[in-house]
Amino acid sequence: MNDTLTFRYTIDGDDFTRAGEASSSVKNKLKQLGLDSDVIRKVAIAMYEGEINMVIHADGGEITVSVSDSDITMILADRGPGIPDVDQAMQEGFSTARPEVRSLGFGAGMGLPNMKRYTDEMKIDTVIGEGTTITMKVYI
Amino acid sequence: MKLKQILALPCCRILVEGQPDREISKIFCCDLLSIAMSRAPADGVWVTVMGNRNTLAVASLTETACIVLAEGVTLDEDTLGKAEEEGIAILATDLPVFDMALKIYQEGFA
Repeated sequence: MNDTLTFRYTIDGDDFTRAGEASSSVKNKLKQLGLDSDVIRKVAIAMYEGEINMVIHADGGEITVSVSDSDITMILADRGPGIPDVDQAMQEGFSTARPEVRSLGFGAGMGLPNMKRYTDEMKIDTVIGEGTTITMKVYI
Repeated sequence: MKLKQILALPCCRILVEGQPDREISKIFCCDLLSIAMSRAPADGVWVTVMGNRNTLAVASLTETACIVLAEGVTLDEDTLGKAEEEGIAILATDLPVFDMALKIYQEGFA
């Protein structure tokens, strides 16, 4: 029996004020499933950071979240500019966010490092000019 | 301490009442949302000068019980409505962040 649950979200690239709605929705669904609060918190943090990144850098994208018996997998796919230097982007404090994004309290270069810190697996596939797909897993 | 003790502080204006009987775990001060996202404690009271819709999103994801907007900062009606729906208290004060956090500490944690 395949009992994997899947949720899909389209992230709007223009609307910074709505960023976080998909993460909130996932968090509520995981709560309803009765998952451990520590697991839920990790998923919520990692997904929110990813969602914000999609809005800041990639004009939105698609997020797919699957819940299996052993883990929660988040796949964040965008058709943005791609990441030229992934190692540099993974460093805390490195950011290419615009000043207006920083004035809202983001763009501190914490997004990708937070995603890495709060997940058990993270893989970045990026092609310049084509987009980025980030796959993250949190073990249950 | 309970949220209602914070709601009763004379230096605060109540914008959204939240759940007055909720037990508060900790006081947290931070204006950078990426840091707040990873560090804000569940059931905490968060004192900040960052007042925008994303502040509420972060509070909601981290299970923050109460946001206190310091230095006269406020939030738009839409966001306050959303906070109401989510049961997150929103207070406003003219005090600086540290002074406000200290008042809460003296009231319930000292």
